Amino acid sequence: MPYITLESHLPGITGLLEYRKDSAQPIRELTQFLLRGPSSLSEGERELIASIVSSGNECRFCTTAHTAAANMLLGENETSDKALKDIATAPVSDKMKALLVIAAKVRESGKSVTNEVIAAAKAAGATDIEIHDTVLIAALFCLYNRYVDGLDTFTPTDPQYYENLADRIVHHGYTRLPEGYDHLKKTISS
Amino acid sequence: MAHINVPEGVPGIRSLVMFRPETGKHLYELAQVLLREDSPLCPADRELIAAYVSHRNHCMFCRNSHAAAARCLYHEAASVVDAVFLDMQEAPISEKLKALLNIAGKVQISGKAVTAEDIEAARQLGAGDREIHDTVLIAAAFCMFNRYVDGLASFTPTNADDYAEMGRRMVEKGYVLPGER
Repeated sequence: MPYITLESHLPGITGLLEYRKDSAQPIRELTQFLLRGPSSLSEGERELIASIVSSGNECRFCTTAHTAAANMLLGENETSDKALKDIATAPVSDKMKALLVIAAKVRESGKSVTNEVIAAAKAAGATDIEIHDTVLIAALFCLYNRYVDGLDTFTPTDPQYYENLADRIVHHGYTRLPEGYDHLKKTISS
Repeated sequence: MAHINVPEGVPGIRSLVMFRPETGKHLYELAQVLLREDSPLCPADRELIAAYVSHRNHCMFCRNSHAAAARCLYHEAASVVDAVFLDMQEAPISEKLKALLNIAGKVQISGKAVTAEDIEAARQLGAGDREIHDTVLIAAAFCMFNRYVDGLASFTPTNADDYAEMGRRMVEKGYVLPGER
C-alpha cells in the first residue's frame, strides 16, 4: 500500500503524476524535452541513461519501465542488459560510455563528477550540451526514483504492464494523455 | 570553472538555465509550484525543507540561497534555520515539522529509506497526505537541483551578503528566469 492514497489502477509514477497535476506539469514537460526533444543523443541512448540511474538507485519501477523503453527504441535488449551490468564493456560508443559514467557519478552525488570524467567525455567527442543533458537526465531520475519509492508506490510484477507502459512513452511520450487514464482501470489488478 | 561553457560569474543554477533555457523554464516553474504555490505547508517551511536537503547533500549554493529565502520568510524566527542545520531534532520548531524534515532527510538518502514508521510518526502529529506528498517531492526535487548545480560545477559564491540578496529576490519575485522580471 502506498503511503498516501493514490488511484489503484495507476502504479509507480503514474499515480503520483495524477495525484498532483500542477507539480506534474513541469516534470512532464522537462522529461518530454530531455528524452524526446531535439538532441544529438538518440532517444534510445537517453532512455539508457534513465535506466542506468534508476538501476543504481534500485528503483524497480523506473528501471523496468525505462529499460523496456530503451529496448523498444534500440530494437534489441543486449545493449541495456550489458550496460546495466558493466558500462566499460557495453556495446556502445566510447562517447556514450563516458556519458554513462558521468550519469553514474551524478547518481552518487553532484560532487562525484570530477574534471577527469568530464575531460574523458570531451576527449571522446561529447559536446557541452550532451554533457549538460546527461547530467540533468541523471539528476531528474534521482528525483523520480525518490518520488516513486519514497511514497512506496505500487510496483507491478507483470512484464506485460511495462511493455504497455514502454509502448506509451515511446509512441506518445511523457505528456499527459488528453483523455486521461480512466481507460486503464480494468487492465491492472492490485 | 564550470564543467561546461556557461556565462562567467553568474552563480549556481542561474548560469545553467542561461546556458539551456529550454530546460531552465521547466525547472524554475517546478520550483515555483513546489515552493510558492498552493500547499498546506507555508513557503517558509518549504524553503526550510529545500535548505535542509541541500545541506545534507553538501550543495552550498542551494543550501545558502534557500536558507536565506527561509530566513526572510520566517522574519523574527529566522534563527530556526541555523538551529536546524546544527541539530534538527533540537531546533525550536514544531514536532510535526521535525517529523516532515525527518522524512525529507530519508528521501535525501534514498526513496527506499523512508519507512512506514516515519510516515506514521508524521501522521500522528497531524500531517495529512498532501503534506507528506509535498515534503517527499520537494526533497526529491532538491536531490535533482543539488546534483545539477554541483554535477556541472557551477559557480558558488562564498560571500554571505550575496546569498542574503538572493534570498530577498527569491521571496519578492519568486522563481523567475533570469531576464524576466
